[in-house]
Amino acid sequence: MIPGAPPPPLHPPSDTDIELRLLMEAIYLKYSYDFRNYTGASQKRRVLYALAQLGLPSISALQDKVLRDPAMFTRLLQYLTIPVSEMFRDPGYFLELRRQVVPMLHTYPSLKVWVAGCSTGEEVFSLAILLREEGLLERTQIYATDINPSSLEKARQGIFPLEAIRLYTANYQRAGGLRAFSDYYTAAYDAARFDPSLCTDVIFADHSLATDAVFAETQLVSCRNVLIYFNRQLQDRALGLFHESLCHRGFLGLGAKESIDFSSYADRFDVLSRGERIFRKLT
Amino acid sequence: MKQKQSSAMARKMLAVVIGASAGGVDALIALLADLPAQWRLPVVVVIHLPEGYESRLAEVFRHRLPIPVFEAMDKAPVQGGTLYFAPPGYHLSIERDLSFSLSCEPPVLYSRPAIDVLMSSAADAFGPSLVGVLLTGANDDGAEGMLRIHRAGGLTIVQDPDEAEIPTMPNAALGAHSPDHVLPLRDIRALLLQLDSAHAH
Repeated sequence: MIPGAPPPPLHPPSDTDIELRLLMEAIYLKYSYDFRNYTGASQKRRVLYALAQLGLPSISALQDKVLRDPAMFTRLLQYLTIPVSEMFRDPGYFLELRRQVVPMLHTYPSLKVWVAGCSTGEEVFSLAILLREEGLLERTQIYATDINPSSLEKARQGIFPLEAIRLYTANYQRAGGLRAFSDYYTAAYDAARFDPSLCTDVIFADHSLATDAVFAETQLVSCRNVLIYFNRQLQDRALGLFHESLCHRGFLGLGAKESIDFSSYADRFDVLSRGERIFRKLT
Repeated sequence: MKQKQSSAMARKMLAVVIGASAGGVDALIALLADLPAQWRLPVVVVIHLPEGYESRLAEVFRHRLPIPVFEAMDKAPVQGGTLYFAPPGYHLSIERDLSFSLSCEPPVLYSRPAIDVLMSSAADAFGPSLVGVLLTGANDDGAEGMLRIHRAGGLTIVQDPDEAEIPTMPNAALGAHSPDHVLPLRDIRALLLQLDSAHAH
């Protein structure tokens, strides 16, 4: 065994595990979506859940349909990606951005921010509100990327369910919000439509951390609760893209329980806030 | 039952996963407090608690055990002789390479972390070398996970519903499969100590 390498599995893969791997290979060959290096346990759960919802008897049967019917792949994609997000999720993260990162962002004449894996846009709107309140939005280009086109479409609309607003408002206040949260949206029926001017300089784009390359030099990358779905190899690829994209001493924000400690980039960033998972590019 | 227990002794168990809900902290203290310092197996725990309190579990138990106690971290390898707790608000899984992974998938049976998620993934990773323990609780989480451990050939132990503070969870597990053991906490503890020393030799 190679020192430091993960141990080999204790027993051979089950038939389900084999089918799962073949399905991901088929999706990659047919549609160029690369889920082959996503973590196994959660991927397996989601595919088995999709099977039940789609009324199919086995992963092999699903593979057969996915190969022959692009519409079936589009449906499966909604299960394979995890569109669970909220505005100002982990308020301490946004508070720390305000206190520790914003003062340094003020030193740049223009800014580029990358929200990687933006899903349905909650994080994008949260950052845009924060940047506006800090007087930075007008000089900022935000790139909001995801692999799921329907999530990106939702993000573009900036319409979120009204029932979630109470939680978002509490989060916003704990995140150091400076105004009334209701200043940023208009309520109609059961939805809250966010101020479209927040998105004037947001580019929503299809981008895969598994297969695509860096597209811009950025001062801040925020990628939260995405790396937990990647195995170490894919996590390293994504961190490599962030490192390459970030300018000298640029900032990287991760999810509350994510870490770079188990990646090959552990010594390529230093820690600005351990608790809120904010890092700075070293070399 | 006897036969299954002796075969569990013979094949060496490699990990213990424990699920608990209402009444679970006290039950877990009774089960694990003052484990011997030479304890070898990894022990991974999901307890349902209101958020906020949950994140202090590792602190609470660190003072009561001579072995390391951590909140499980994403991508960290599962280490022997260590007690882990799932972080609040995330599902905790064990991958086939025996590392932890976290996920923000929706709650299962209103629970995140969910016992079913931990146990099912651990059953895939450890197969017959896994011990699953389900304690007191007020919902059905864990019944499916214990069944999965059982089907993978692992050893399942359910707290005696007569002793459990809330018997709903043990009873749900008993409804889903016939566990290898149904025991009060004191006897579960004795059995775990026995399995662990068998692992050490």
